[in-house]
Amino acid sequence: MRSARRLSALFAAGALAVTLAACAQSERGDGAAQGGSGATGGTLVFGVPGAPDNFDPIFAQDGETFRPARQMYDTLITYKQGTAELAPALALEWTPSADFTEWTFKLREGVKFHDGTDFNAEAVCFNFNRWVNLPNAAAQAQAIYYSDTFEGFTNNQASATGTPVFNSCAAPDPATAVIKLNKAKGAFPAAFGLTSLSMSSPAALQQYNADQIEQSGEAFTYGPYATEHPTGTGPFKFESYDRTANVITLVRNPDYWGEPAKVDKLIFRVIPDENARKQELQAGTIDGYDYPSPADWESLKSSGYNVLVRPVFNILYMGINQKNNPALQDIRVRQALAYAIDRESLVRNQLPEGAVVATQFLPETVDGYASDLQPIPYDPERAKALLAEAGQSNLTVNFYYPTEVTRPYMPNPTNIFTALQENLRQVGITVNAVPQPWNGGYLDSITANGVHDLHLLGWTGDYNDAGNFLGTFFGRNKPEFGITDQALFQQVGAADATVDPAGHAAAYEQVNRDLMAKYLPAVPLSSSPPAIVVRENVTGLIPSPLTDERFYTVSKG
Amino acid sequence: MLRFVLRRLVQVIPTLLLLSLLVFAWLRSLPGGPASAFLGDRATPQRIAELNRILGLDQPVLVQYWRFLVRVASGDFGTSTITGEPVLAEIGRALPATIELSLAALVIAVVLGIPLGYVAAQYRGRPLDVTTVIGTLIGVAVPVFFLGYLLKSVFAVQLGWFPPSGRQAVDVDATNVTGFAVLDGFLTQEWDASLDALSHLVLPAVALATIPLAVIVRITRASVLDVLGSDFVRTANSKGLSPSTVRGRHVLRNALLPVSTTIGLQVGLLLAGAVLTEKVFVWGGIGTLLAGAIEQRDYPRLQALLLLGALVYVLVNLLVDLSYAIIDPRVRLS
Amino acid sequence: MTVTWAQRRKARLDDLSAGRSLTSEAFRRLRREPAAIAGAVIVGLFVVVAALAPLIAPHGAAETFPQLQENLRPGAIPGPQDGFPLGSDQLGRDFFSRVILAAQQTLLVGVLATLIGLVVGIVIGTVAGAFGGWVDTLLMRITDVLLAIPSLLLAISVAALAASPSQTTVIIAVAIVGVPIFARLLRGSMLAQRESDHVVAATSLGVKRSAVVLRHMLPNAIGPVIVQATLTLATSILDAAALSFLGLGDADPARAEWGLMLAQAQTYLDVRPALAFYPAAAIIVVALGFTLLGESLREAIDPKGRR
Repeated sequence: MRSARRLSALFAAGALAVTLAACAQSERGDGAAQGGSGATGGTLVFGVPGAPDNFDPIFAQDGETFRPARQMYDTLITYKQGTAELAPALALEWTPSADFTEWTFKLREGVKFHDGTDFNAEAVCFNFNRWVNLPNAAAQAQAIYYSDTFEGFTNNQASATGTPVFNSCAAPDPATAVIKLNKAKGAFPAAFGLTSLSMSSPAALQQYNADQIEQSGEAFTYGPYATEHPTGTGPFKFESYDRTANVITLVRNPDYWGEPAKVDKLIFRVIPDENARKQELQAGTIDGYDYPSPADWESLKSSGYNVLVRPVFNILYMGINQKNNPALQDIRVRQALAYAIDRESLVRNQLPEGAVVATQFLPETVDGYASDLQPIPYDPERAKALLAEAGQSNLTVNFYYPTEVTRPYMPNPTNIFTALQENLRQVGITVNAVPQPWNGGYLDSITANGVHDLHLLGWTGDYNDAGNFLGTFFGRNKPEFGITDQALFQQVGAADATVDPAGHAAAYEQVNRDLMAKYLPAVPLSSSPPAIVVRENVTGLIPSPLTDERFYTVSKG
Repeated sequence: MLRFVLRRLVQVIPTLLLLSLLVFAWLRSLPGGPASAFLGDRATPQRIAELNRILGLDQPVLVQYWRFLVRVASGDFGTSTITGEPVLAEIGRALPATIELSLAALVIAVVLGIPLGYVAAQYRGRPLDVTTVIGTLIGVAVPVFFLGYLLKSVFAVQLGWFPPSGRQAVDVDATNVTGFAVLDGFLTQEWDASLDALSHLVLPAVALATIPLAVIVRITRASVLDVLGSDFVRTANSKGLSPSTVRGRHVLRNALLPVSTTIGLQVGLLLAGAVLTEKVFVWGGIGTLLAGAIEQRDYPRLQALLLLGALVYVLVNLLVDLSYAIIDPRVRLS
Repeated sequence: MTVTWAQRRKARLDDLSAGRSLTSEAFRRLRREPAAIAGAVIVGLFVVVAALAPLIAPHGAAETFPQLQENLRPGAIPGPQDGFPLGSDQLGRDFFSRVILAAQQTLLVGVLATLIGLVVGIVIGTVAGAFGGWVDTLLMRITDVLLAIPSLLLAISVAALAASPSQTTVIIAVAIVGVPIFARLLRGSMLAQRESDHVVAATSLGVKRSAVVLRHMLPNAIGPVIVQATLTLATSILDAAALSFLGLGDADPARAEWGLMLAQAQTYLDVRPALAFYPAAAIIVVALGFTLLGESLREAIDPKGRR
């Protein structure tokens, strides 16, 4: 009987193969190579760490989903390559009304979607109306950037409960679109450049059931628009997503309104393992990849690869949860934590070249950065004194940190945690290490349950607006920090509501000063630049602080 | 016979129900969940709660379980929370990859292992024997993820003989027929595609083959030694048969019996034991699906994988019992 | 019928003497086997280093040094220098001390995991083998299912259950992999003995069932299990390393353990390969030592069945 059971395990495999081979038919083969015809031509293969969720930007919320979308779609306003400054895209000009509740866009003329239909003001309004009218909870819950920016839908089905910020869209003539808002918001106009607000072809949206996003069992399924027929105006067109080889293939859009793409074909190859990406590059099977480990920058450079460092646009902080550990409600204890940390050494030892010690909860390039703020110095003696003063010389904290993840602001969480742990230990704080897998409990513990005392987290900016950072962190009561200071929330809210650019920045500068001096709800640690690496013959790729790289300017020599 | 089969099939149902309930409960007791895996750093308590509500994950486990059963009864094993694709389609794609890799590893292990074990036995105690045995033991002792990295660094990066990872080069136009990349090339006569697939297969197959290789070498060696010392070999030798006849006709044939049992045993282990190899070589087989599902808390995918695995296991057990009854008249079905 | 004290004593003595001659025979065989000697030497050295690690290692596992941190960058880890024979690790700690101290943690993980697997396996195997019947059927069904799951997947599934991975979860996850193997093995030899002369004799003499199982069957069945334990120690260390690689390992980063060190060194393979090579070499040598010893033991105890 024993051997029978062994044998059955063997048969099991075979039978499963036969049963399921029928499901194995895939769309491979669609990606047949085509002859080059462009200025420089050729195929660029770029290694990326993850697969996109879908190809409809309104339902996108992570960098790997945005990356292909940014090549296929355009937004009304874009960011000048390599910066977070606004630049014209599908809109040539944009003007607010006096009270900033009405935005008038002068549109580029003669632009066509990939399906040949015209881009015009009607199309703009179609897209905006589609978004605000997303039909069901499943769709609304997926439109994360939209609900962050516009706060609500016509018929709120999901957690967005607010009045929609969007009021209406008018198309007085084909080249003019007017967006009316219910209230002014400091996030505009920068937020109009969000990749989620990309312009899709109204014809394709309707033809391919774009809104047919449904809950099926414990998952979401998307309509054919989001999986097979993304149709924008961008420099590349969708060709195929081969799920077997994990390869996304885009081809040049010959009718692009701007300078056409230099390469014929752009391939994103999903390679989750970091060392595997590096070895693919070294073996010459890919032309570049995203997020090389900071440890490899030097050796890659010395082997002749170009390491393109993005301007810093993120922040890493050590979060403090005042609710879970009452000792942390005393600001002297929180200050002691800040003085105890040797951030100079942390940045030098663990973060890549170009990383800086953070003086506040904003990277330097964001309007609202208070340039007069100095970093909190490393002063273990002062930390000990403060702890003694607060009667917390024997403080014990549960320090949560994530595993199985690297983030642009946090290339190696375990190392960063270990360095901090040693710093805190030296001022007499007992640190209980609580590692949790990023998806396997960490995010729930930190953002939903608030069961931690200290934690590591950060943020990469979506656009140049201080509210995108400070509003996200401290705009309301969150389990992450456990603070209930209404004065702080109101101050952040008021800063966001101040819409004239100078006043907006000034208000946020003050928020920053008060956060560091009066509140210290967390300890800002660093801003660090993620990089891209490409082969020497790859030129024209401009690293973006927003990780918003456009590949149409890239050519292979 | 028919009644026996029917009764066994009916008996299978409670086993599967119990197993699926266990899997279901196990998954939902894991920390984290699909909602936070989906949201990443955009997670807020409201969003997590909302997604859980929409996906029905806020319901009592038994209610969720009932809904799951109803869907499965209609043949719907659900949709992956990671890819939004039906899990059956995912499994259908990953399975040929895994089988291909396992078979390749097994071929390497058998083709190298049997001769090595045989030769080692012939030269028992001499340097050749010792080197072979120690060599295979070291192969087992190197952590697979590290071995994979070393293989890639030497044979892909330094020497450039093989591609470092993946199953296919992006510039090779391959048509998918069966999902077995090497076989597909033959079927469609796209020889370059076959060759490309084969070159991708070499390094991961070698990495995966180390453990079965060591086992096969050891068993072959022991088994040959047993046979060499047995009476009938001595008889054959004393009869004056030529050494090559004795070796080929008597020793090898008898020694291979236990080896073939061992090979059978290795197949099952290879099929799902390739989690590390698949990760290092970005292979995209069942191991990758499983590991990804655990990491990202993809409930539907895990449920489907484990349940289908169990179902096939049970059914094959039944088939084996039946075949025994047909072959061996002494076994009665009752 | 009553059993005299003398009869019972005689039966026990017979068992003991039989056991001793078997053991001494095995030892005699082992002393002639070079593989056994090599294995024993490696394992012996490993245990000695592990036991004396705090005395050998010049520094603590978590201690950082300003002179190392000064020149430490993510892409440049200081190499060997005065007072730091193997240089720095990725956090400015003494790498030499960590490699030495890791012997202790690695041995701890390997031994504890094997021991837990062994004890649970023995209990299950003994109960199944001693009682037979439906108890046996049920227990063996469960172990069959566990055996059908590839060991690493089983370990991953168990490790993923923990809210926060730790040394304990690693030990438990790796231990569970061993349980069905030990249980199967023990049950097999227990079953074989149920029919053997001395057990039949003891039973017919009216010795209580539990006494027969514990005093007569278990001691004679345990030989192969001990051999298996030696082999399992090697795979336990490797499994723990694999869990670390998958991010499910002991996550107190201050602690030094070879598998964990090797997994963390994956980031620095191009920068300072030594960070990976020393722990990898240590794992390979130790795993080899336990395997050699275990295989030789197996051959010594059971000279006929070389598999």
